[in-house]
Amino acid sequence: MSEWPLIAGQVFNGFSVASLYVLAALGLALSFGLMRVINMAHGEMLMLGGYLAYLTLQVVPGPLGILAAMPVAFLGAATVGAVLETTLIKRLSARPLDTLLATWGVSLILQQAARNIFGAIGVDVRAPEWLNHAYTVSSGQFAGLTIPATRLFILAVAFAVMGALSLLLARTRIGLLVRAVNQDRGMAAAAGINVRAVDLSVFCLGTGIAGLAGVVLALLGPVTPNVGQSYVVPAFLVVVLGGLGSLKGTAIASLIVGLFSALVQILVDVSLAQVLLLLFVIGFIQFRPQGVVAVRSRALDA
Amino acid sequence: MRGMYPWAGVAAVLLTTTGLSVPMTARAADTVKVGVLQSLTGTMAISEVTVKNAEILAIEEINASGGVLGKKIEPVVEDGASDPAIFAQKATKLVQDGGVVTVFGGWTSASRKAMLPVFQKLKSLLWYPVQFEGNECSPNIMYSGAQPNQQILPALQWAVEKGYKSYFLIGSDYVFPRTANLILKKHIDADKLKVAGEEYVPLGGTDFSAVIAKVQAAKPDIIFSTLNGDSNVSFFKQMAAAGLPSAKLPVMSFSIGEQEAVAMGPSLVEGSYAAWNYFQSLDSVANKKFVTAYQAKFGAGAAVTDPMVHGYVDVYAWKAAVEKAGSFDPEKVRAAAVTLDYLDTAMGKVKFAANQSLVQTGYIGQLDPTGQFKIIWQSKGTIDPDPYDPLVFPGKKCPAS
Repeated sequence: MSEWPLIAGQVFNGFSVASLYVLAALGLALSFGLMRVINMAHGEMLMLGGYLAYLTLQVVPGPLGILAAMPVAFLGAATVGAVLETTLIKRLSARPLDTLLATWGVSLILQQAARNIFGAIGVDVRAPEWLNHAYTVSSGQFAGLTIPATRLFILAVAFAVMGALSLLLARTRIGLLVRAVNQDRGMAAAAGINVRAVDLSVFCLGTGIAGLAGVVLALLGPVTPNVGQSYVVPAFLVVVLGGLGSLKGTAIASLIVGLFSALVQILVDVSLAQVLLLLFVIGFIQFRPQGVVAVRSRALDA
Repeated sequence: MRGMYPWAGVAAVLLTTTGLSVPMTARAADTVKVGVLQSLTGTMAISEVTVKNAEILAIEEINASGGVLGKKIEPVVEDGASDPAIFAQKATKLVQDGGVVTVFGGWTSASRKAMLPVFQKLKSLLWYPVQFEGNECSPNIMYSGAQPNQQILPALQWAVEKGYKSYFLIGSDYVFPRTANLILKKHIDADKLKVAGEEYVPLGGTDFSAVIAKVQAAKPDIIFSTLNGDSNVSFFKQMAAAGLPSAKLPVMSFSIGEQEAVAMGPSLVEGSYAAWNYFQSLDSVANKKFVTAYQAKFGAGAAVTDPMVHGYVDVYAWKAAVEKAGSFDPEKVRAAAVTLDYLDTAMGKVKFAANQSLVQTGYIGQLDPTGQFKIIWQSKGTIDPDPYDPLVFPGKKCPAS
């Protein structure tokens, strides 16, 4: 039998996995890029998105529930992000190690809160019928190739989020302010930009995207109190590989990681593929410590 | 003043120990202590708390009907915290300092392997309630959970009878799935059938895209899954998304019971198969009595699973063995336990074989939309336990105890 459907399928799966990673990692890259904050509670924003999807589906059952859940999760996670930023991160802004520890504590608190509210065994979020099918190529060289609608949908969401985000940063006044603060925080503040407000809105945007990601991840994975932990590690990996703080780098790194593990898995199993992926990333960072895309910023130089 | 503190401390310790020892010796006359050691916290708590509940239920029932050898059983509950090292530490504490005559507990093979040297060294006895990979036979453990030939091989036998020719093996990456699949592969080869593929995903893994692509390329008749925990949710969701629900490509799971089915959302796993030695839906008087008693104490809708019943049966088997031996001494109890007659239990007729594993029946169930299993197959009579599969571990035998 021809190997082509499997290889083509794995290329698609590579893009699919990349879309999951980029959605999980964008928020991290945003908050790190601007504020040098390593947010260990980022995974719990994904979890929050999953639970908000569950709650939304209780209120809005039916085929469009998942579409309704996305803005709800975005706003919900952004709100929690705002609380987190104003109560904790702002106060520790100049102490990266302290923020790391503090946000780790927040992550434990949020996990336990989810356990107490929803129980340890997770809740049921399901893809609606209009997503729960697959397109199969029935003839030609790629006969047997299957493209799940859910994965196409997540790819579309990832592209939409990345498109909206780059438009926001490149074309709007908020984007201009963010870029200014990113380039030189001190000068931006001196020029009259409210740096605090920019920090807050970027952090909220990052957590909001994580909440949105949580909704689409729930279509393919479990919604449990500790689900964030399974995505936050690959998300960090992608952010480091991409070049700390670079959104373009994050997107490219997601693709590298997704395609690498998908193609390697044609030959080896998942466990070994993970080992090879980590070796690859370690090797890559050895030769290019700044990541795929080097970010030039005074904040990083300092 | 500083110098006085150590003395005060010693005095306090002396006071407390003497203060404690008086009522303990007084009570020792009419109670006997047993350990109950399950994970009450951590990732395994979801499964193990209910086993603890079932063990406590058995102890309370026995106490209500007069106890053992005229003594009331006093359970000492400890938390293994989902950590093998803590299991070993708590087992030592229970046997050495807690004065328990035996311990009921453990779930993961890692926890059992960590406790094994403790029970061997302290010459005590552990009752282990969960199906496992075999390839182990300690005189200090009573293995009531299924050996591979009582769960995995009956499932294969059923599949062969159904006419499935091509098998895809998927498991979490640790000792139980690896050993189980090793045994399955040998038997599938011996039956002249085909292993279409074998894939492992790290525990907790969420991405099955490549695994499913390989399944689609290999086109097996059935999947045998030894996936554990949350990974099952990802696996079934992504199978459904890829257009392969259980109705289209059957899945036989070895780690999904009634409780897991409810947790995952029964409609997600509806139609898939599982192999166990007990299903809540078993139609017998003893089972109805057990389920009613459990639900009366722990909630009307509470799911009852195979490991829970094994934990419950273990306590009753221990009681019967103690009464036969006329003693609480672990060595005498062990000798008596393997010579007991069949016990009539919620899971049917069972008894301990000379190799200290349980003689029991194998069942295959299919999940219905409510998270209960419809029993569609059972082994012809009870199956004798075999810790060492003859095809995989030829010539290996339990040490004669």
